Parts: sequence; structure tokens; C-alpha cells
Amino acid sequence: MAQLLFFLYFAGMALFSSVLTIGLRNPIYCTIALLSTFIHVAGLFVLLHAEFIAAIQIIIYAGAVLILYLFVLMLLDLKSNESFLHRQSWIALFFGLVILAEILVVLFKSPILEKTGAVAVAAAPAIGNTEAIGLSLFNEYLLPFEMVGIILLGGIIGALVLAKQPRPAAPVGGNGAHHADLPSIQPAAPVQEGTPEEVGARSGQPFDKIGSL
Amino acid sequence: MVPLSYYVIVSTVMFVIGLVGVLIRKNFLIILFAIELMLNAANINLVAFSHYFQTVSGQIISLFIITIAAAEAAIGLAIIIVLFRKKATTNVDEISLLKW
Repeated sequence: MAQLLFFLYFAGMALFSSVLTIGLRNPIYCTIALLSTFIHVAGLFVLLHAEFIAAIQIIIYAGAVLILYLFVLMLLDLKSNESFLHRQSWIALFFGLVILAEILVVLFKSPILEKTGAVAVAAAPAIGNTEAIGLSLFNEYLLPFEMVGIILLGGIIGALVLAKQPRPAAPVGGNGAHHADLPSIQPAAPVQEGTPEEVGARSGQPFDKIGSL
Repeated sequence: MVPLSYYVIVSTVMFVIGLVGVLIRKNFLIILFAIELMLNAANINLVAFSHYFQTVSGQIISLFIITIAAAEAAIGLAIIIVLFRKKATTNVDEISLLKW
């Protein structure tokens, strides 16, 4: 009974704050509402005896990803003059309700409706949740684990390449010289001081600067 | 005990909230938030079924989803920063550089 009460609290708060996430006007408030959603979803995970996933949810989602969002939000200084009452929002609400009704109709016809977790508690595993996840992760799911690592590497490199600011002009003899391999910088190279032979050598072979740095 | 279908209903409602959020909002950042909501709904579903089928496979998949969401957030924020540098807006209606 207590479990049902906790479930209702966590589920209700998660849904309420997810509505706030998409409904509030100020993006900072949206972020705080999303934080509340994540924390209450972590509560749902604890109720499902997935303690490791709950901890990961708090640490990675609420701790890292959301702070990243908040950081960019503070950096951009957005104006919130957005109006929700455009034509697209009515269509979106209509289709959202249609999809919700479809999924609920399918759910209430399915045989999972009455199933509870009574079996789960009786056959609780002898080893802990984290240990079970670790064993399974490094035995059965080793290949997907490595693939996710490669995806993360791609994410790091992609974010760096996208967000790197192209320098408008290379400073004379400064540290910006190793950006000479960018196409947008090339016309600025002959402006640098030096004899014509030196300048020609610099623009002709931009890569030996990298070795000297 | 809480029936499995309660968790599935919560996950469904949260997914639809995220979907409607993607469709009605114009702010790029809030659209990313709504995508995070949808990924979270998938996570609730996976962990609930993992609990009721007595296997940790669902939890491992939800771990992968969290990883993918982190990578997606990094890439999405980099795109937002580049766009903001170019257009000084995050309104998706004004970002139509690739439209013919």
C-alpha cells in the first residue's frame, strides 16, 4: 500500500513537472521543471528495484546533462516572447491526444494489465543490482558497450568540431598560426610579416608550423 | 504491489507530453528538453519490464539510452551555439538556412 502511495506521488510529480517543462515560458524554469522530472523518475526506478539506474539518472541526467543545458541557457541570454497559441499547437494537441488514446486502448486490451511484481519480490536475486548489471554488461552486452563508447567518442569530436570558433585572422607570429590549415584563414596568411620567401614558405606548407609548436 | 500497467501508462503519458512539446514549442532548447522527456519515458518502460520479467537486460538498455542522450545533448548544444553565433536566435521558425 505504501508502495502504491509512493508510486502515485512519484508518477504524479513526474508527469506534472514534465507538463511544466513544455508549458512554461521562461527557459530557466523549464530546466528546473525538467530537473524535477528527472528526480521523480529516479524515484520510480528505486520503486522498481533498479537502484543503479536511479543513481545514474541522478548523476548523469540531473548532474551532468542538465547542468550543461543550464550553462548554455545562461550563456545565450534568451528572450522568452514565445506564443503557444499558433495553429500548429492545436494540431499537435489533437494528434497527441489521438496517439495517447490509441496506446491506452491497445494497453487495456493487452494481457499485461493485471500483472503485478509479486513474483519479482519472491525471487529477488542473491547478488545486488549493480553487480548483476555489471556481470551482464561485460558478458552478454560487451559489443553494444563498446559501440556506445564509440558513439560517445563521436559525440565529443562532433561537439568540438561544431563549436570551435573559426579565427577571423591569424595573429602575427602568435599561437593562432596552427589554424592556417582552415580554408577561411588562408587569405590572411600573406599579411604576416617577413620576407617574401618566408611568407611563401609559410602559406605553401602550413603544416610544419604544427610540428614546431 | 503496483501493477505493471501503471508504469506503462505513466511512460505513455510522458512520451506523449514530450511529443506534443516537440511539436508546439519554437525554442530549440525546449525541443531538446522534450526529446529528453521522450527518452526518459522509454527508460521507465524498459526498467518496468525489466523488473517484471526478472532480468537486468532492460536496465542495461536504459543505461545505453542515457549514454546516447548525453551524446545527443552535447551535439545539440554545439549546434545551438553555432546557430546562435550565426543568427542570434534559437527560434526554429527563423532557422531556415537550408530551405529552398
